[in-house]
Amino acid sequence: MSTVDAAAPGGTDTDPGAAAARKPVSMAQAINRALRDAMAADPAVHVMGEDVGALGGVFRVTDGLVREFGEDRCTDTPLAEAGILGTAVGMAMYGLRPVVEMQFDAFAYPSFEQLISHVARMRNRTRGALPMPVTIRVPYGGGIGGVEHHSDSSEAYYAATPGLHVVTPATVADAYGLLRAAVASDDPVVFLEPKRLYWAKEEWSPEAPEEVPGIGRAVVRRRGGSATLITYGPSLPVCLAAAEAAREEGRHLEVVDLRSLVPFDEETVAASVRRTGRAVVVHESAGFGGPGGEIAARVTERCFHFLEAPVLRVAGFDIPYPPPMLERHHLPGVERVLDAVARLQWESGWTMSGDGGGDGGTEGGEGGGK
Amino acid sequence: MTVLEQPGAYRLAPPPGWRPRLDPAPLLPDAEPFRLLGTDADLDPETLTRLYRELVRGRRYNEQATALTKQGRLAVYPSSAGQEAAQVAAGLVLAERDWLFPSYRDTLSAVARGLDPVEVLSLLRGDWHSGYDPRATRVAPLCTPLATHLPHAVGLAHAARLKGEDVVALALVGDGGTSEGDFHEALNFAAVWHAPVVFLVQNNGFAISVPLAKQTAAPSLAHKAVGYGMPGRLVDGNDAAAMHRALGDAVAHARRGGGPTLVEAVTYRIEAHTNADDATRYRTDDEVRAWREHDPLALLERELRSRGLLDDAGAEEAARDAEELAAGMRDRMNQDPELRPMDLFADVYAEPTAQLDAQAAQLRAELDAEAQAAAESDTESQAEARGEGGAR
Ligand SMILES: Cc1ncc(C[n+]2csc(CCOP(=O)(O)OP(=O)(O)O)c2C)c(N)n1
Repeated sequence: MSTVDAAAPGGTDTDPGAAAARKPVSMAQAINRALRDAMAADPAVHVMGEDVGALGGVFRVTDGLVREFGEDRCTDTPLAEAGILGTAVGMAMYGLRPVVEMQFDAFAYPSFEQLISHVARMRNRTRGALPMPVTIRVPYGGGIGGVEHHSDSSEAYYAATPGLHVVTPATVADAYGLLRAAVASDDPVVFLEPKRLYWAKEEWSPEAPEEVPGIGRAVVRRRGGSATLITYGPSLPVCLAAAEAAREEGRHLEVVDLRSLVPFDEETVAASVRRTGRAVVVHESAGFGGPGGEIAARVTERCFHFLEAPVLRVAGFDIPYPPPMLERHHLPGVERVLDAVARLQWESGWTMSGDGGGDGGTEGGEGGGK
Repeated sequence: MTVLEQPGAYRLAPPPGWRPRLDPAPLLPDAEPFRLLGTDADLDPETLTRLYRELVRGRRYNEQATALTKQGRLAVYPSSAGQEAAQVAAGLVLAERDWLFPSYRDTLSAVARGLDPVEVLSLLRGDWHSGYDPRATRVAPLCTPLATHLPHAVGLAHAARLKGEDVVALALVGDGGTSEGDFHEALNFAAVWHAPVVFLVQNNGFAISVPLAKQTAAPSLAHKAVGYGMPGRLVDGNDAAAMHRALGDAVAHARRGGGPTLVEAVTYRIEAHTNADDATRYRTDDEVRAWREHDPLALLERELRSRGLLDDAGAEEAARDAEELAAGMRDRMNQDPELRPMDLFADVYAEPTAQLDAQAAQLRAELDAEAQAAAESDTESQAEARGEGGAR
């Protein structure tokens, strides 16, 4: 029910009127725009964090907000992550909608006590009296050559905490649309920003941003009938590239962009895997205890009789994030994804026929029927 | 010889343009805890009388709650016996629009503020995490993790000021809690933001078993304020009048836009940490006895009598009022609380996720099956009873 076909990043299938205003925009700019628009739309929205004011954040994501909205609404806080999130809790208790920036993934850890003990459960412990409309923006993940503590993929910690929403955009349109939805949400949302996509530009219309599906909806970014790649955030471009490469070998990979880890869109994922019979989950964070294990388990529970092969995972190694000069060995790339696809027991299984949709289709000559 | 060893190395001329940001002297706490009882200070008779009645009720409240743990009606109770003066003062100094941020030991401050004594006990009874509506009562949920509620108080007070609303937040923490990072972050934010917050540290001598000397090397906990740029006040926590005055001053100071204050109440925990703790392992009877002689209720009663504000009849009336409170607690706490298992899923998110809906359906089915089984065995035993009755 919630499958929504969207163009791949950079796609052009929108109405011609809006297309005129389109121009190359980076994800960082789209997030900035989302913050501006949210602050303009609702005086309760406050941006706070380290260096978010005059500097505009170390990634310039909050650029210009202090000029436009003043220091009371875009606040350089003392350097203290627990303090930032803890005071945001009190502000939310008093009816504001704080949007806090954690400077880097690994520097959010001091705030986990506030996040887990208060932000995530305040609504529940007060029987709904104190909702926590707090957005926590966390630049996350590697691939930008950051030194230690600047490249962690911390999504598993967040996703394991009931009471939080966890979203991560992979496209410019989603960065804008999901952040607006996060700020408007009456629940706390951990908004994970894939750093290495910050500067990726796409054609997008800042003045008339297109609507995107809301939090909790996955999107099929590419149709294909051979196998499903399930991914999110920084690994989406990797999976799209792998799908392109696989096509040359005659395999048509479907690519599902989760966009939201919590809530998790089981329907879209299961529908895709039932169509293709094979699945690989791809993410950067460590495989052990990572989201891939949870997703593989759910796919197995929902699609067991449709599966031609075990659900495989392609993840970062189970190691502390490596130094920048070694990170390319750690990050799952196209080759590793294709290797996993090749291990999906093509020779022993049978293939489903006829329902690949789009450019998909069945595997010619592979598998050989049952 | 290193620079540090050179005599007067740091007494040379300061670097160009350097000035101290604040004169620390006015921020420093008194050398001795501030006291009013037993002095000839001008005290408002009405306030003294009010404090006395609340203190009598508070003492009784602590006794009753402790008794309820013995009957298994409360899962646990951290008594504030001996600390009633600080708690009651905290409950009385705020205006209705202000907010109170209590920790798990500060039930009495919430009751003194006028909250339903049974609703305040929800957390400790275990029927829900918080039994009252924080927005309606302007009392934050009792906080169990140490010091994590202090930044909430700062954020709330800051938000209120941004909205142009005249609201002060008063947050309570123990001596042990002052060692936590959140204590530091909260005080620092409060001072930098000039937030209308009052921090009340109840220094009751121990963090479970660890004495203050192992918690901090500071001259007093009130001294910590100076480093943040806010005034620190050292108060005799068993002197209800002094507590009321000091907290009232701090609240008024915050309301005037003067920023935060740290108040340290020097007091003592007469009971064990909770009913589950064995205090004889870490302190002596002599120590407890000495503090019992400095009992907050006895001190206040003596003062009222010497000022001619209390006679036996008045004392009896206060005791009757307290007895009523205790009887009400007993009656209501001896009824089993109404538990609603489906509430487990009610307020996790504004809209439940599909996964939570599925789990709620599972629990619903389990509950229905349970109810049906109970009904069946009921009918069976009734039928059996009837059948057997008929056969005989
Ligand atoms: C973050 C955290 N660590 C440990 C505990 C367990 N604990 C509960 S009460 C307590 C001692 C607290 O002492 P203090 O702050 O002096 O408050 P008091 O109990 O004396 O009122 C400890 C260690 C806790 N509640 N929270």
